[in-house]
Amino acid sequence: MTTLTLAKAMNLGLRKAMEDDPKVLIMGEDIGKLGGVFRVTDGLQKDFGEDRVIDTPLAESGIIGTAIGLAIRGYRPVCEIQFDGFVFPAADQIITQLAKMPLRSLGKLKLPVVVRIPCGGGIGAVEHHSESPEAYFTHTAGLRVVACSNPVDAYTMIQQAVRSDDPVIFFEPKRRYWDKAEVDTSSAPDTWHPFDTGRVVRQGADLTMLAYGPMVKTALEAANAAAEEGRSIEVVDLRSLNPVDMPLVTESVRKTGRCVIVHEAPVYSGLGGELAARITEQCFYNLEAPVLRVGGFSTPYPPSRLEEHYLPDLDRVLDAVDRAFGY
Amino acid sequence: MTADVSRGAQSPPELVQLLTPEGERIEHPDYDIDLTAEELRGLYRDLVLVRRIDLEAVALQRQGELGLWASLLGQEAAQVGSGRALTDADMAFPTYREHGVAWCRKVDPVQLLGMFRGVNHGGWDPVEHNFHLYTIVIGSQTLHAVGYAMGIQRDGAESAAIAYFGDGATSQGDVNEAFIWASVFNAPVVFFCQNNQWAISEPLEKQTRIPLYRRAAGFGFPGVRVDGNDVLACLAVTRKALADARSGQGPSMIEAFTYRMGAHTTSDDPTRYRVADELESWKLKDPIERVKAYLAKSGIADQSYFDAIDAEADELGRDLRRRCLAMPDPQPMAMFDHVYAEPHALVAEEREQYAAYLNSFEEGAR
Repeated sequence: MTTLTLAKAMNLGLRKAMEDDPKVLIMGEDIGKLGGVFRVTDGLQKDFGEDRVIDTPLAESGIIGTAIGLAIRGYRPVCEIQFDGFVFPAADQIITQLAKMPLRSLGKLKLPVVVRIPCGGGIGAVEHHSESPEAYFTHTAGLRVVACSNPVDAYTMIQQAVRSDDPVIFFEPKRRYWDKAEVDTSSAPDTWHPFDTGRVVRQGADLTMLAYGPMVKTALEAANAAAEEGRSIEVVDLRSLNPVDMPLVTESVRKTGRCVIVHEAPVYSGLGGELAARITEQCFYNLEAPVLRVGGFSTPYPPSRLEEHYLPDLDRVLDAVDRAFGY
Repeated sequence: MTADVSRGAQSPPELVQLLTPEGERIEHPDYDIDLTAEELRGLYRDLVLVRRIDLEAVALQRQGELGLWASLLGQEAAQVGSGRALTDADMAFPTYREHGVAWCRKVDPVQLLGMFRGVNHGGWDPVEHNFHLYTIVIGSQTLHAVGYAMGIQRDGAESAAIAYFGDGATSQGDVNEAFIWASVFNAPVVFFCQNNQWAISEPLEKQTRIPLYRRAAGFGFPGVRVDGNDVLACLAVTRKALADARSGQGPSMIEAFTYRMGAHTTSDDPTRYRVADELESWKLKDPIERVKAYLAKSGIADQSYFDAIDAEADELGRDLRRRCLAMPDPQPMAMFDHVYAEPHALVAEEREQYAAYLNSFEEGAR
């Protein structure tokens, strides 16, 4: 066991993936000597060379487009998009090419490309540096979408993403990059939690709280606070956003009868809406209350001095818990 | 408002040509080609057969057997010339109009029809033929070609990639990013632009105010304009560009100056935006007639050879028609295939639900 920040766990996971498979490449802006703006790729170019850790021109569509070409040639590129708000120049290549090419080829082509996106707010950043664009990608068939919430998952999930033969959009909670946890870097891959499944991170009996990425920590804090009032909240870290581990979700909701979904992205047309609909369809007779959602507002992400009002925090999550118990 | 093209004006563009529209063989100081009689006859055969495939596909669309077809009429020489310059190990990334290149890469013509008939989104094995799937989003494939070329570099292989695109695509960000990537990584890729003068209804001057091949210089690699209706010149110029790429000299751009003699696709009506005289003037530069004239004048082929090729073309057309009509419609559940390479719970669930829904009708009928 080693104590690692989430960023360092990502770094070690990427290093392991590169050691395990010489076809794994890393590409992005400022990922070489600088080690990425969050230092996730720190030291990798020094050890693996410029041909495998590629500082690219400053153009996101070019990063994904050339990664697709490299994947057709047999490589497994891991692309870094520097910030969430900068993925949109690459959206065309991701949506029209990366997601659809395996089907277009009737399965003859596989595109094992990972697109890493630091996401979410809470770091006092300027515009376009705090967004949560996951719903654009969960809506696109052909992509797997995952979000890690802690150093252990960061270390294992990035390696699972690299090993996947499907394109993976990999969200990293940027305000949790510096959170620490014990990580067993000697664990065998077959002991890891399966890639496309969620996990119950806190057992509870009265309400299920669904979260992913940066909001898992917030959800756990809310569950602890609620426990002081005698409410037993089960927290599920979804981890995989497409596909979602619905058997895990429905098992929990059938047990508790109440559900609150928390994400930073705007509530309207967000992933929470899809989850609420599915839970209602599948757990209708078990629900004691409507499925409630807590998330960002239908406004562009605000200037950072207002972000504490935009981002779900302990109080807003507990408010939703109160409302769920009010039915 | 239109651009004042006199600003930044340069010398008139040069055009590499080895065979005049009248069928006269001419020399060029930088590009030479020495083909056997059999190879020359082979190029003629390619041109005629490719045009026949295209003609049959247009007819099939008109009769409702294809939803759409993008005709290559007039661009046969650019495609056969560049396509025959490729070795088996080279990799081609086409748009949706490269039926002539597909022919050179030994893709069965009936496989080209699948996406236009609506039975699939691309029916051939891109790995087997080293001919990527057709790409409909304009210019996207140029980045794929560059990435593939970067893979060739990393493999230490002696091959190259070629990216096909049109004059309209040169306005796309992806094409410009592809130029930058290829340049800074010195990637073994050839950018083959078929300038057919029209991007649907928009003439070339809506895309550029300098000759397209001169854009290459700004990105730091050579560009050349070739007579795109001259199969010998297209072959010679592409061979050299590919050889340069394979030997580590980096990317280059070829502008094949040609003309889209037909509509953009079968859904288009060019009479709304261009004059008939333009088409007539380009008919005089037809890519096939000049080869035929040269072969006849030089005694490499005679009328009996031309007749034999015409007969072969007709048989190819008949065969293509027969096999197009015999193409089965896909089964409904096929749309769930190949969405993901690995098992995916959501697609599996929806597949199961839809199969049950369909089965409920069959059971009801019994």
